[in-house]
Amino acid sequence: MADDTLLQIRGLKIEATSYPPGEPPKEVTLVEGVDLTLARGRVMGLIGESGAGKSTIGLAAMAYGRGGVRLTGGTIRLNGRDIRLADNRTLRSLRGKEVTYVAQSAAAAFNPAKRLMEQVTEASLAHGLLSKPEAEARAISLFDKLGLPDPETFGDRYPHQVSGGQLQRAMTAMALCPRPDLVIFDEPTTALDVTTQIDVLAAIKEAIRDTQVAALYITHDLAVVAQVSDEIMVLRHGRMIEVGPTETIIHDPTQDYTKALVSVRGLDHAEKPPAEPVLRVEGVTARYRGTTFDVLKNVTVDLPPGQTLAVVGESGSGKSTLARVITGLLPATQGRITFAGRELSGDLKGRSKDDLREIQMIYQMADTAMNPRQTVGTIIGRPLEFYFGLKGAERDARVQDLLDQIEMGKGFADRYPAELSGGQKQRVCIARALAADPKLIICDEVTSALDPLVADGILKLLLNLQAEAQGAYLFITHDLATVRAIADKIAVMFKGEVVRYGQKSDVLAPPFDDYTDLLLSSVPEMEIGWLEKVIAHRKMESAGN
Amino acid sequence: MLDGLKGPPVHPVLKLLVQRLALGLLLLLAVSAVIFLGVEALPGDTAQAILGQSATPQALENLRNQLGLNEPALTRYFAWLGGVLTGDLGISLTNGSDIATAIGQRLGNTLFLAGCAAAIAVPLAILLGLVAARYAGRWPDKVISGATLTTISLPEFVAAYFVIYLLTQVIPIFQPVAMVFPGMSFWAKLNAIALPVIVLVLVVLAHMMRMTRAAILNVMQSAYIETAELKGLSPMTMIWRHAFPNAIAPVVSVVMLNLAYLVVGVVVVEVVFSYNALGQYLVDHVTKRDLPVVQAVGLIFAAVYILLNMLADIIGILANPRLRHPK
Amino acid sequence: MRLPLSALIGLTFTSAFVFIAVFAHLIAPYPIDLSVGKVWEGPSAEYWLGTDTIGRDILSRLIYGAQITIFVALAASVLSFSLGAFFGFLAAVKGGWIDQLLSRGVDLMMAIPALIVALVLLSVLPLNLTVLILVIGVLDSTRVFRLSRAVAADIAVMDYVEAAKLRGEGGVWVIFREILPNALSPLVAEFGLRFIFAILFISTLSFLGLGIQPPLADWGGMVKENKDGLIYGKAAALLPAGAIAALAISVNLVADWVLTRTSSLKGGRGG
Repeated sequence: MADDTLLQIRGLKIEATSYPPGEPPKEVTLVEGVDLTLARGRVMGLIGESGAGKSTIGLAAMAYGRGGVRLTGGTIRLNGRDIRLADNRTLRSLRGKEVTYVAQSAAAAFNPAKRLMEQVTEASLAHGLLSKPEAEARAISLFDKLGLPDPETFGDRYPHQVSGGQLQRAMTAMALCPRPDLVIFDEPTTALDVTTQIDVLAAIKEAIRDTQVAALYITHDLAVVAQVSDEIMVLRHGRMIEVGPTETIIHDPTQDYTKALVSVRGLDHAEKPPAEPVLRVEGVTARYRGTTFDVLKNVTVDLPPGQTLAVVGESGSGKSTLARVITGLLPATQGRITFAGRELSGDLKGRSKDDLREIQMIYQMADTAMNPRQTVGTIIGRPLEFYFGLKGAERDARVQDLLDQIEMGKGFADRYPAELSGGQKQRVCIARALAADPKLIICDEVTSALDPLVADGILKLLLNLQAEAQGAYLFITHDLATVRAIADKIAVMFKGEVVRYGQKSDVLAPPFDDYTDLLLSSVPEMEIGWLEKVIAHRKMESAGN
Repeated sequence: MLDGLKGPPVHPVLKLLVQRLALGLLLLLAVSAVIFLGVEALPGDTAQAILGQSATPQALENLRNQLGLNEPALTRYFAWLGGVLTGDLGISLTNGSDIATAIGQRLGNTLFLAGCAAAIAVPLAILLGLVAARYAGRWPDKVISGATLTTISLPEFVAAYFVIYLLTQVIPIFQPVAMVFPGMSFWAKLNAIALPVIVLVLVVLAHMMRMTRAAILNVMQSAYIETAELKGLSPMTMIWRHAFPNAIAPVVSVVMLNLAYLVVGVVVVEVVFSYNALGQYLVDHVTKRDLPVVQAVGLIFAAVYILLNMLADIIGILANPRLRHPK
Repeated sequence: MRLPLSALIGLTFTSAFVFIAVFAHLIAPYPIDLSVGKVWEGPSAEYWLGTDTIGRDILSRLIYGAQITIFVALAASVLSFSLGAFFGFLAAVKGGWIDQLLSRGVDLMMAIPALIVALVLLSVLPLNLTVLILVIGVLDSTRVFRLSRAVAADIAVMDYVEAAKLRGEGGVWVIFREILPNALSPLVAEFGLRFIFAILFISTLSFLGLGIQPPLADWGGMVKENKDGLIYGKAAALLPAGAIAALAISVNLVADWVLTRTSSLKGGRGG
C-alpha cells in the first residue's frame, strides 16, 4: 500500500492575507485540517461550492499558492518527499514533470503569441524528458486521442484559432505530454457549453485511463465528478466534510451536507394543464442593429397566467434575445407580441407605464443588476414609489413585506448589495420584480451563477411565490435540471429557432429530434457509467465541438 | 494575381495598416485645417497685431491687401496648403525672411537634441521599468517609483532650473546656456547640449518608466505566466519566452507615446537654454504674433506627434498574434 | 479608516497653499509690485526670502503668486471638468451621431499636443486672464471628456441601468441616480490630476511669457523674471520653481490616495 502512494497530504493549512477596502489587512484561513491520500493511477474528485478551497488544495499539490496564498501547515508528500517548504529549484524540477495542471480557462492559460505545439511540448523539453521529435510525436498522438481535428497539423495553430472546447483538450494534451505522475484538473469543463462539456469530459476520461496517470479532478458539479473519479472528497469552507469511494458518496452519503448536494437536482414540479395564454409571441424575427443576421427566426410561443415557460438552449441559441424582444429592448423586425389581451409596442418607448410594470425582469448576475450605491430599501422601494406612488412609512412597510416574502426578514433594508451573499442578492432582485406586482416575470439564467444549494433555494422560492401570486414566468436557462424543476411548458431553441415546443411532459418524452436528444443526454446524471452510455448513444456532434 | 480571378484575400494586417495610414493622413489634413481656419475664426486682427493699436485705418488696409487678408479664408487655406505641400511655408511677417529656410536650419538642432534625449531615455526607461516590475512591491521598485512620481509632477522648466542650479552652481561642471552653431565638432555639440538632454531625459524618463512597468506587470499577471511557472520553467525562461513576446507591443507603444511627449518638452527646454532651434523659434514668434511662422512650426510639431502616435498603433497591430495569424 | 502618511502630507500642504492663496493680502508683508529694497538682497529680518531682480520682496510676490496661480488653475480645471464631464456623459448616454461628433472632435483636438495648440491660439488671442482660463480649460476638457465618457459608458451598459430603463425611468433619474453616483469617485480623483495639469500648464505659459502678464505675477512668471539671478548663483530664484513643485506634488499625493481608495472599492464590489 505504502509503495503505491503518490500523494499524501496531512493536516494541510493554507492561509492568505485579505485586503478589505477601508480596513486594515487581515489574515484568513482558506483551508484547514485536510488529509488526502492518492495512489498511483487513481482519480480523486474534489468537490465543493465556491470558497470551499478546492482549487487551493489542488494547487497545493504542486506546492503553489496563487496570489498571496501561503501553505502554512501540514505536510504534502509527493513521491515520498515533503514538498510544502521545498526550495525553488526542487519545485521547478517537479512542476511540469511529476505533476501538471489543467486550468479552468484554457483560453487565458495559453500564451497568445506562441503556437500550440511549442506550448504543449515545452515542459517535456525543458525538463529534458523527450527530444523535440519525440515530444512532437507524443503531442500528435495525444491530440489524436483527445479527438482534436487534424492532429498532425493542429499544433501549428495559435490559441485564438481554435474553439474553446478544443483549447481545453489541447491543455489536457499539454498536461499529459511529459508523462507526469499526477495531473490537477481545475474545473476543466465548467466554462464550456453543456453539449461540448460532455465531449471534453469523455476525452479527458479516456486519456486518463489510457495514460494511467493519477489525477485530482476539481469541480463544483457532483454529477460530473462521479463520471471520472474513483474517490470523492467533499469540501466546505476549507474543511473536509466527507471522503470515500464515488459509489458510497453518491448512493450512501453519511453527512447532511453531502446528502443535500446529492439530492439537489431532485426538485420536481407537477405540470399545470394548458390554458388561455397571457403572453403570446407570434412569428417573431429579430436582428441586432447594424447586422444582417437574424438572431431570432420566426419564433412562436405562448404562456398562460400562473405558469412557467422554460426557454432552453446553449449560448448563441437566441434565448436571451427573445427576452430582449419581449421587454421591448430590441424591437422585432417581424411578428407580434400580445400581452394580457393587448398588442405590445415593439419599442420600449411606445409602451405604457402599465405595460412596463406588468412585465418584470430578473437577471443572471445579481451583482450587476443592482446599483451598488443604493440600499436594498431603495432598490425594492423605487418600483413602489414609481408605479404606485407609495411614500414614507407606507413604502417602508411594503418593502418589509416584500423582504419577508423572499424570506430575508428584518434589518436588510439599510444594507448595500456588497454586504449581501450571492443568494441574498438574487432574492432582493426577485423582491424588486415582485414590488411592481407583475403579471409576467422574465428570469434570465437566474440560478446559473449560484452554487447548487443556493440555486435550489431560489427555485423553491420562485415556485412558492408563483403559487401565491399567480404570476407567469418566462424562464431562460441552459440547464435541463432546472427546467424539470420549474417548467409547465418548454421551448427548445437552437440557432435562433424554436426546434421543439409544447407541454413539459410532451417535450421531455420520446421520440426526440436530434438536437433535443443531444441536449437532454448532455445533462450529467448522478450515476456511475452514465458518461459511457451517453457517448455510445450520440447521434449528433455537439454544437460547439 | 496568377492563382485566380478573385485574387488572394487581402491579409487583415495589411488592411488595418492601410486604414491606419489613411487615418493618419486624414488627421494631418484636419489638423492643418484647424491650425489655419480655426485660428482665422478667432477674434484678433493680424494687421492690427503687426502695426499695433496706433496704426491708421489706411495703413491697416494697405497691409491687409499686401498680405492677402481680404481674400476669403478658404481660398487662402488652400493656397497655404498647396504651399506647404510644395515646401513653400510663406514669409515671416516680422522680418520678411523665408520661413522654410529658417525652419530648415533649426529643425536639425531640434532633432539632434530630441534624438540624444531619446537615445538615453528609452533604454534607461525600459531597464528601470524591468527592474521595478521584477521587484514589484520590494525596495528597488519603491525607490524607482517614488523618485519618478516626484519628477512627474514637475513642469519641464522647473526641472530644468533645478538641474541648472545643481550642475552649474552646486557642482559647476556645465555651462547654463546651450549654444550650438555650424562648424562645431560633434563632440563639442554633444558637450554643449548635455544639460538640456539631462533635463529632457528626466522629464520623459518618469512617464516612460512608469508605463513600461505597468505594461510588464500586466503581462506578468496573466494566466499564461502562471501556466509557465507551473511547467517548472526558470524565471528567465518564463520572462524571455512568455512575457517578452507579449510585452513588446505595449512597451513599444509606451515608448512611442512618450517620444511624442518629448515633442512638447523640447519646446520649453529650448527656451530655458536659449537653444537656437524650432521650439525657441516658435515661442519667439508667438510673442511677436507672427502667425505664418506659428502656423508652419505648429504644423510641423503636430505632424511629428501624429506620426509617432501612428507608429505606436502600427507596431501594436504588427505585434498582435490575433491579427497576424487570422482564423 | 487610517490616513496613509503620504496622503496626510499631501492634504496638509495642499490646505496650507489654499489658505495662503485665500488670505494673501493679509499675510503678505509688502505689496506685490513695489520695489522696497535693493536689487538681489539676501534673506534678512526685513525681507525673509530676500529681494528680486528689481528689489521687490520675494516672499510677498510668492504669496500673491500662490493666489493667482491657484485661482487660474482652479478656474481652468473647474471649466475643463464641467465641459468634459457634461459632454462625456451626454455622449455616453445619447450615443449615435452626438457621440460620433463629440468623440471625433475630441480625437482631432488631442491629435495635437496641448501646448502647441495653446501657442497657436495665443499668437492670435489677447493675453488676459479670461482668455488663459478659457484656453487651458477647453484644451484640458478633452481628457475629462474621454474619461467621463468611458466611465459612463461602462456604467450605462450595466444591468441595473437597463433595469431602470425597463421600469420606465426618465433620463434625469438614469443619469443622476444610477450613473452619476457610480461615476463620481473616479471623476473626483481625476479632478486632482486636472488641477495639477492646469498648474503646470499656466506656469509653463507664464514662463514662456505668454501667460499671466505684469503687473500680476504667478510662479511661472517669477521663474522667468529671476532666471538670470540663478546664473549669478542666487538660489532665491529657485523658490517659485520649488513652490510649483511642492504644490503639484502635494495635490498628486492626494489624488493618488483618492484613486487607490476608489479602485480598492471597485475590487471589493467585483468580489
